[in-house]
Amino acid sequence: MAEDKKVKDAPVAGGTKQAGVLNRFDNPWLNWKFLSGAGILGFLFFLIFLGYQLWDTNLALSARSPLNLPPPGFTNWRGQEGVPEHPLGTENSGRDMLALIIVGTPRTIMVGVIAATVGMLIGILLGFMAGFLGGLFDDVIRLAVDIMITIPSLLVLIVIQAVLGRVDLLTMALLISIFSWATPTRYIRAQVLSMRESGYVQMARLSGVPVRDIMFKEIMPNLLPYLGASYIGNMQGAIISMVGLEVLGFGPQRIPSLGVAIFFSIEAGALFRNMWWWWGIPTVILAIVFVALLLINLGLDEIANPRLRKAS
Amino acid sequence: MGAFSLNYLVRRLLVFFLTLWVAATLIFIIPRLAPGDPITAMVARLTQQAGFVENADLIIEGWRERFGLNDPVYVQYLRYLTGLLQGDLGYSLARFPSTVSELVGRALPWTLGLVGVATLIFFSVGNLCGALLAWGKTPRLVKVMIPMSMIFTSIPPLLAGLLIVYVFGFLIPIFPQAYAYDYNFARPELTLEFFANVLYHGFLPAMSIVLVTFGYWALGMRGMMITIEGEDYMILAQAKGLKPFYVLYRYMIRNAILPQMTALAVSIGTLVNGVVLVEVIFSYNGMGTLIFTALREQDFGLIQGTSFILITTSALAVLIIDLSYPLIDPRISLEGR
Repeated sequence: MAEDKKVKDAPVAGGTKQAGVLNRFDNPWLNWKFLSGAGILGFLFFLIFLGYQLWDTNLALSARSPLNLPPPGFTNWRGQEGVPEHPLGTENSGRDMLALIIVGTPRTIMVGVIAATVGMLIGILLGFMAGFLGGLFDDVIRLAVDIMITIPSLLVLIVIQAVLGRVDLLTMALLISIFSWATPTRYIRAQVLSMRESGYVQMARLSGVPVRDIMFKEIMPNLLPYLGASYIGNMQGAIISMVGLEVLGFGPQRIPSLGVAIFFSIEAGALFRNMWWWWGIPTVILAIVFVALLLINLGLDEIANPRLRKAS
Repeated sequence: MGAFSLNYLVRRLLVFFLTLWVAATLIFIIPRLAPGDPITAMVARLTQQAGFVENADLIIEGWRERFGLNDPVYVQYLRYLTGLLQGDLGYSLARFPSTVSELVGRALPWTLGLVGVATLIFFSVGNLCGALLAWGKTPRLVKVMIPMSMIFTSIPPLLAGLLIVYVFGFLIPIFPQAYAYDYNFARPELTLEFFANVLYHGFLPAMSIVLVTFGYWALGMRGMMITIEGEDYMILAQAKGLKPFYVLYRYMIRNAILPQMTALAVSIGTLVNGVVLVEVIFSYNGMGTLIFTALREQDFGLIQGTSFILITTSALAVLIIDLSYPLIDPRISLEGR
């Protein structure tokens, strides 16, 4: 197979032996992991958009539907059958699970996006300063990063939330972002360090390009796939923190998100009353989001690092 | 061997003690940043729950005096820090006669055991899988099987725990759903039977961590192995006609494992986050469950104490990994000379 392709491609791209390996259709962005991850997320967003158009999202509030109904075709522990009006069933305060998913999924992802963006912006700034300027900046920033990475963020967030009580999603996102800058800073600093002495940077420096322009106009574009991978990883981390806090009972409760739904279901013992649709559906949706993010992350890694590409 | 460069040692110790200080300070400051003081906030919350608290003002004043909240902040801070240095974490408010140190002392060994065993498993299995994925002589079947077993990677341990306890604790009830040991045992004892019971109970929680974590290490290891395969000394090793297993172990894994150790130190914080939540799902008798019940009971002293001890433990684990690093990579001891 591989031999065939090489022979076919060789004349097109110029006739030399190596030309078959590097032809013009060999675009690194056409990476199946990246594309399938992005595809899954895109499809999920499309379904949610469709849901907002076609389904009554007010059903996500409590006491709008009968309680504890399973999806159609199943019976709950009381022997009630599911009804087609609630295709994914309902939970014990009368929220429709389908509406809950439609409303909850984007809210969960939104917190991830906000926390990851704030953390990433700080990370880019500090990472570039530490890596490019070096000296005292580098020492202080590295020390701060080492400390922040060692502290398990969830524990400090628990202490904060124990004081504040339940907070809205935006506050929660900002609290999470207190801890989401350290990993990107560390990662970006390492990348900048490896670029600092490369030829084009020295060329720019000799030509008298201002430091800020070297950092953000010369180096940054080369780091884009790395930054992308780091951003996605950051988003995963933020969503994990958020779901963790919500499962401990800190989420906003009137309009639920996925983690809050899981919290309520654990509180009500849904696991052992076999109400699998209540905790199971949010869990599966979250799992799909995480797998999609991982695929995007791995794809971006391969796009950034050609060595990883060949052996897959 | 053994001779660290002084620079390395000093820097690690500095990070360790600064981490403890930052954590202690955060835990001291956070409650004081909230409007009102912790006591007023607590009484307000009691009022919210009970509807009405008799003589709330007197209670607040009494407690303020008792906890020294009328002193200037820096006096409180110094007293708090010296207390911590002496291992005094104060009293649990909800289970009054018990001190926080007592409760933590009972819970910490369980968490350490769970994290330790899980880390041992996912680190060795993950790295082995990663090495096999990149190695040229791995059977094709294994190369297909390993990626398939990695589908759970990146799902938080909490969600994996939910799925696992449902499947193996409820649908097919072959493992216990909760607790670290059967309550037939009045207290932990040093018998084989008890030990077996602990392993039996710990299996599902440990699995929830391992299943979602080892793939991450396998991926990292694979990346390192691929980099190493391109090195010149690999061609030399082949040219010498060394046995493939010898090359795999001595030339590839031993080099590739070094960055993995660094990565392990970095990931301890995330790991502890996951374990806390897994313990909540399984009602495991460790620190996670302790913090969860403390949240339930609004036992602020216990929340602070548990958090601080867990942070200290994580920092200690990182320090140990960092200090053992020069032992497996002799190059580090030369750094900075």
